[in-house]
Amino acid sequence: MAESAMAIPASLTLPSLANARTVVRTTTESGLAAKMRLDKVSVLYRNFVAVADVRLSFYANKITAIIGPSGCGKSTLLRALNRMNDLIPGARLEGRVLLDGEDIYAPNVDVVEVRRRVGMVFQRPNPFPKSIYDNVAYGPRLYGHMRRSDLDSIVEYSLRRAALWDEVKDKLRQSAMALSGGQQQRLCIARAIAVEPEVILMDEPCSALDPVATLKIEELMRQLAREYTIIIVTHNMQQAARVSDYAAFLMTDENCAGTLVEYGETRQIFTNPRDRRTEDYITGRFG
Amino acid sequence: MHQRVRRSSNIFMLGLTGLTTVVGIAPLVWILFDVFVRGASAISIRFLTDTFKPTSLGGGGIWHALVGTGILMGLASLFSVPLGILTALYVARNPNTLLGLAVRFGTDVLSGLPSIVVGLFVYALVVSGHGYSALAGGVALAILMLPIIVRTTEEMLKLVPKSLREASLALGAPEWKTSLQVWLPAAMTGILTGLMLAVARVAGETSPLIFTALGSNVLSTALDKPIASLPLVLFKYAVDPSKVRNAQAWAIALIIVALVLLLNISARLIATWRSKMMY
Amino acid sequence: MALSQMPHRLNRVAASPLGRALQHGDILFKGAIALSSLSLFGLMIGVGMMLWLRSGPMRANAGLSFITATVWNPVDEQFGAAPFVIGTLTTSLLAMIIAFPLGLFIAIFLAELCPTGLRGIVGFMVELLAAIPSVVYGAWGIFVFIPSFVTPVGNALMDALGNPQRFPYLPIFQGPFFGASRLAAGLILAVMILPTIAAISRDVLLAVPRSQREAALALGSTQWETIWQVVLPYGLSGILGAVILGLGRALGETMAVTMVIGNVAQLSTSLLSPGYTMASVIANEWGESRTPLYGSALIEIGLLLFIMSLLLNIVARLLVWSVARRTPEQRA
Repeated sequence: MAESAMAIPASLTLPSLANARTVVRTTTESGLAAKMRLDKVSVLYRNFVAVADVRLSFYANKITAIIGPSGCGKSTLLRALNRMNDLIPGARLEGRVLLDGEDIYAPNVDVVEVRRRVGMVFQRPNPFPKSIYDNVAYGPRLYGHMRRSDLDSIVEYSLRRAALWDEVKDKLRQSAMALSGGQQQRLCIARAIAVEPEVILMDEPCSALDPVATLKIEELMRQLAREYTIIIVTHNMQQAARVSDYAAFLMTDENCAGTLVEYGETRQIFTNPRDRRTEDYITGRFG
Repeated sequence: MHQRVRRSSNIFMLGLTGLTTVVGIAPLVWILFDVFVRGASAISIRFLTDTFKPTSLGGGGIWHALVGTGILMGLASLFSVPLGILTALYVARNPNTLLGLAVRFGTDVLSGLPSIVVGLFVYALVVSGHGYSALAGGVALAILMLPIIVRTTEEMLKLVPKSLREASLALGAPEWKTSLQVWLPAAMTGILTGLMLAVARVAGETSPLIFTALGSNVLSTALDKPIASLPLVLFKYAVDPSKVRNAQAWAIALIIVALVLLLNISARLIATWRSKMMY
Repeated sequence: MALSQMPHRLNRVAASPLGRALQHGDILFKGAIALSSLSLFGLMIGVGMMLWLRSGPMRANAGLSFITATVWNPVDEQFGAAPFVIGTLTTSLLAMIIAFPLGLFIAIFLAELCPTGLRGIVGFMVELLAAIPSVVYGAWGIFVFIPSFVTPVGNALMDALGNPQRFPYLPIFQGPFFGASRLAAGLILAVMILPTIAAISRDVLLAVPRSQREAALALGSTQWETIWQVVLPYGLSGILGAVILGLGRALGETMAVTMVIGNVAQLSTSLLSPGYTMASVIANEWGESRTPLYGSALIEIGLLLFIMSLLLNIVARLLVWSVARRTPEQRA
């Protein structure tokens, strides 16, 4: 897929927290910048521990896959990264979730801004029942971009980055619901890109799509990683092996809480896992 | 900054919805307050047990209206409950047939009909041939109750797990026995709440009775003659110039509102209790 | 005798299909329930037919001009329904203008903001507004609402905007004003249809799939932006249905309106003047209709009411169903 980058007009810089304060970057021994970091994070629903004590780093401009058997808390962990768990009554988080070194769960943090910086693509495509154009323009309009010319260029840019522009450029006014599943998912990706996030979370983005659409999106992920940090939850191990740079393997412990069993470069996890349980999962003995 | 505008308009609009809810509920509180305060001061045992007397003799009571309302409710239930339950049984068993859809459509339309139109219909059907009567009033109220009974019964029937009916059928019971002796009883509390809500709906209906039961000032239990009813008397007394009558009107309003509230709240409580029992 | 000791003889099954059906009484059962369903559907048709037939004399007399004729003079056998049709439409419209935004906002509160514990109680209280009988609203209207609310408001409007010299093009607030008026009827109707609009809109909003909200929030929308730009548009057709249902209810309200509107069959451009609605005239003048033409004229008004409410009902139900059908995925 040819990628054509679009120059964004200078007037389109979106306001963000990161610009306003000094950024603290935490680095690992290898010198990579950790865009997001989980510091002893547990997610609880009332008294039930869904995810226990996770320590994890997500490196900038890399694709990190969270893998594990179903029901082990992968999605819960992902949703903690953009505070979508806040929507569930009784849900709370212990520990810290650091975005560029700042805890997004700190008391004075603007959740709305966090969610702009950390975007999300859902398991089932969920475009708004509006036109393709209005779907992508939804986010920028929230931030005050009302001028037609601005919106046109943002929409084109986002759709190009999502590898959808060529397929829809003549029917931007048509309803998004008329697109195929794979196209709708790419539209959702374009919609997320339009608000200029820094991190894109993907919750099993291909599980509702056919294999051809899946491959397109996997290709897209690798291109997107050049500009964004991608974190993907997947139950498809082959996909994780194909797409990701780093993998984190989660499993439920004896209390049904999800725990991090192993984390490392994908190559290492899949060829030379350190933990016995990882090896069992990789080789398909359960899951 | 645009962000601040977004944040403050968010809080403002959300607050506005809360405020609107308070404003919306205010009339309810206001009416209930007035009904209870003004009504309570005019109620007495004498009021409830005496029948009509002209104001020159003190105004009398509403016993004739209480009896009349009771008879009308009884007649209306008698006419609407069997028909409603049978219809609901049909719809619950055959939801996707033409007739099932037609019934759903029919109940929706009937429930939206102005009650005065229903009164006119029963007038044309019954009264023009046989005169004003309690029976006619019962028919009119039954028509108003029917959609509620059909709808709630159908929903309650659908809630009963299929396995229950299948168990009965597997034992060799015929369809009709299964429906009447297993299915219906299992849904009975729900059906009863439906009946309560339907009665609450017609307890205060006035306009259909103008054309059917007509109202009366004497105590009567005859089904083929006009009969008194609480809402009719309330209407008459409220528009009457005499202050005595006006005060009595409030007392009647209190009785009707208390009845309606009681039925609605009980139905709601039973529904909540039942849904808790399901787990 | 224990079941196992009974002689082993299975019940003979009848040979013919009719015999089999009759054997267990099922055909009677199925016939009975089908018959009662037919009669319910037939009831609806019967009401329409009866009204059509009984209004025959008046329809033969004046035809369609009945609806537009403006003089209602029973003494001279002149029957024009226009004052009542206009009265019904104005009061219902006024009620809608007030009740729609209020009802919508209450629905938003109940569906999106109200903590789940309170949701049941508050929703119940809103629904109780609908349970109070029309005649009680009417009595309250006469003795409390008109004197303490409508009269001051009406007077204020009349003083501020009702001067024919200052606002010659704004006749709706001009006097004279005596309390019983279309304004009073419209306001009371607004209170009465508020619960319909609020409850149905709330159900429509609750049926909007959670994934739509999540999509909007994940893009960094505030809660209000999510509601206003995503949830409401999604449920728009259903909300429209709620509005139309409320309108249908307002059209047919009889007692409360009769008791506060003044019952004067005149055309007027002011909200503050007394008026008359279709339902009210039927209720009020029924007892006095001596001649067959008079009676049939009233019934024709009833026929008009029936047709209007039938149409509104159908449109509304179709709209409300269309939201439910549009959500193939799991709900919240």
